[in-house]
Amino acid sequence: MGGSSAFVVSAKKRRMQQIMKMTGESLLFLVASFVAVVVLFIFYFVARDAIPFFQLRGFAEFFTSTNWYPADEPGEFGALAIIYGSGMVTLGSALIAVPLGIAAAICLSDVLPFNIRQYAKPVIEMLAAIPSVAYGFFALVIFAPLLQNFGGTILMWTWWVIAGPFLVLAVVVLGDMVTAGEPDEAKRDRKRLLMNGFFSVLALGLLYWVGNTLNAIQIMSGTNALNVSIILSFMALPTIVSVSEDALQAVGRELREGSYALGATRAETLVQTVLPAASSGILAAVILGIMRALGETMVVWMASGNSSQIPDPWFNYLDSIRTLTATIAGDMGEADQVTGSARYHVLFAMGLLLLIFSFVSNFISERVVVRQRKILSGQ
Amino acid sequence: MKMFRKLLLAAAIFGFTAGPAHAGDAIVMDGSTTVGPIAKSFAAYFTKNYGVQVTVSESGSGNGAKSLINGACDIANMSRGMKDAEVAAAKSKGVDPVSHVVALDGIAVVLHPSNFVSALTVDQIRDIYTGKVTNWNKVGGPSAKIVVIQRESNSGTQDSFRSLVVGKKNPITKRAETQASNGAVKSRVASTPAAIGFIGLGFVDNSVKAISVNGVKPSIDTVKDGSYPVARPLFMVTNGQPTGNVKKLIELNRTADGKQMISELGYVNKY
Repeated sequence: MGGSSAFVVSAKKRRMQQIMKMTGESLLFLVASFVAVVVLFIFYFVARDAIPFFQLRGFAEFFTSTNWYPADEPGEFGALAIIYGSGMVTLGSALIAVPLGIAAAICLSDVLPFNIRQYAKPVIEMLAAIPSVAYGFFALVIFAPLLQNFGGTILMWTWWVIAGPFLVLAVVVLGDMVTAGEPDEAKRDRKRLLMNGFFSVLALGLLYWVGNTLNAIQIMSGTNALNVSIILSFMALPTIVSVSEDALQAVGRELREGSYALGATRAETLVQTVLPAASSGILAAVILGIMRALGETMVVWMASGNSSQIPDPWFNYLDSIRTLTATIAGDMGEADQVTGSARYHVLFAMGLLLLIFSFVSNFISERVVVRQRKILSGQ
Repeated sequence: MKMFRKLLLAAAIFGFTAGPAHAGDAIVMDGSTTVGPIAKSFAAYFTKNYGVQVTVSESGSGNGAKSLINGACDIANMSRGMKDAEVAAAKSKGVDPVSHVVALDGIAVVLHPSNFVSALTVDQIRDIYTGKVTNWNKVGGPSAKIVVIQRESNSGTQDSFRSLVVGKKNPITKRAETQASNGAVKSRVASTPAAIGFIGLGFVDNSVKAISVNGVKPSIDTVKDGSYPVARPLFMVTNGQPTGNVKKLIELNRTADGKQMISELGYVNKY
């Protein structure tokens, strides 16, 4: 009797289970669709206030003029320099954070011993827990004067710290690749040592020459695109390291051991097997990191200098710039519906631009991830 | 007792939302960071002596005007006069802005202490801010590219500086950096050898060097006698003629204690 009741489910119980299942599923569906609806609503409300700006002033001025004088009568609303500034610091921080982040992730997942990794990863992730206003304060009060006083030296050290590990990796990988064709093991080792030495000399020369050039630079104003790019890259690093390290871990032992079994070196395994297999995850990490940098407001508002200019020359990271996010934060106070309508709506136009940009990059990364997955699973 | 507390709460909420405060209610002030120090010491004095709660927010003159128009504050602190558009917006919402001069303020043009330039003319400062002059050696200083620092667009100090020195018709150079408060401008100038900035006279200390303009050093005396060219009145703006505690608070600047507070903060008394 006891045994049979445990296996045979009564009709009533089954109905109960079905109802429970329905409620659970619809609840989850509701939550999921709520998130989607929130995103749609944000889009709708931002667009609703952005469109009047384009009706008032057209598209040409906003996208092609660099004259940003919203407080004048009549105001000028050329946002080209501001859009450029946003792009510039985002690119700058990506240039620093992406190589450094991926290198750190590779180091954590495939190079460092397990017990060190256990401590290193939480420390890196702690960077994400520091509030952005603290970063901004540091950038304005400590880092900007430092850049002015010891700018060249700091640039040199930054170059060494970033390029150093990468060049070491390059030397090892290049040495391996050049000598991989040599069949005799003893000869190969000797040749590899020679090649490593040769590439080391090249790398050291490069380190010294670029470092020396950077050391000679005198920075007039420390609140500039470089300051912000560096601080933003620190803020993007934990995201990039953590997510790409997870992706590298997810590749699994089998692929690595398979690669070694086929006679691949450690470098070949890393570059030709592990990295491609984890590439979609790494790309997702990079996009997440970049979005973090693009959307950051407090740091750029405090430490970018906020000059609405395209630097001269255009790649000069030592000039002050202004970003979309900082402009929205800084001009919000004065721009009220009652006192100036183009001035109010232009901030929404900027918000819409940021939204569209993040949607497009999310969409692209989604597509790449899907395609990568298909290729890897052999379809 | 419970009933009484409820009533008190209701009165407080009513006072908050219904604009002009009545005797016994909290007074809400919002606006300029330049008027802020005066407003805060007036508030502390008022709370101590009359037992009336006064809250002070510092969000810039433009935001102060906005708060007054929207009925979110009793007094808008402003370091510039109301703009025509703001007066029109106020009238359309049934608010009648009345400005009271609370004190006078000089805008000091400040440089890094290591810069040996100690005097500039209004024309030279204008040329620096419009971008016509970009190197200190053009105005008798060392050979270094000038780092121009201004305030953001909702600052009354920025507005006054533009009308008193640069001229409303002349756009400020795009190279100019923008900072969000008097304190931020001061700290940037104090740490940047080639910088020029402008801050309220009350904010000047040893970390920066306030220079002579048209040969006149900025000081309480030169602002009061009108010889220092970059000076302006500071306002407290109310909806209609003030009454009760709001009137008492605004007219603190006519009392001996009020005058002492104003001059101790580095501003200039009108009365």
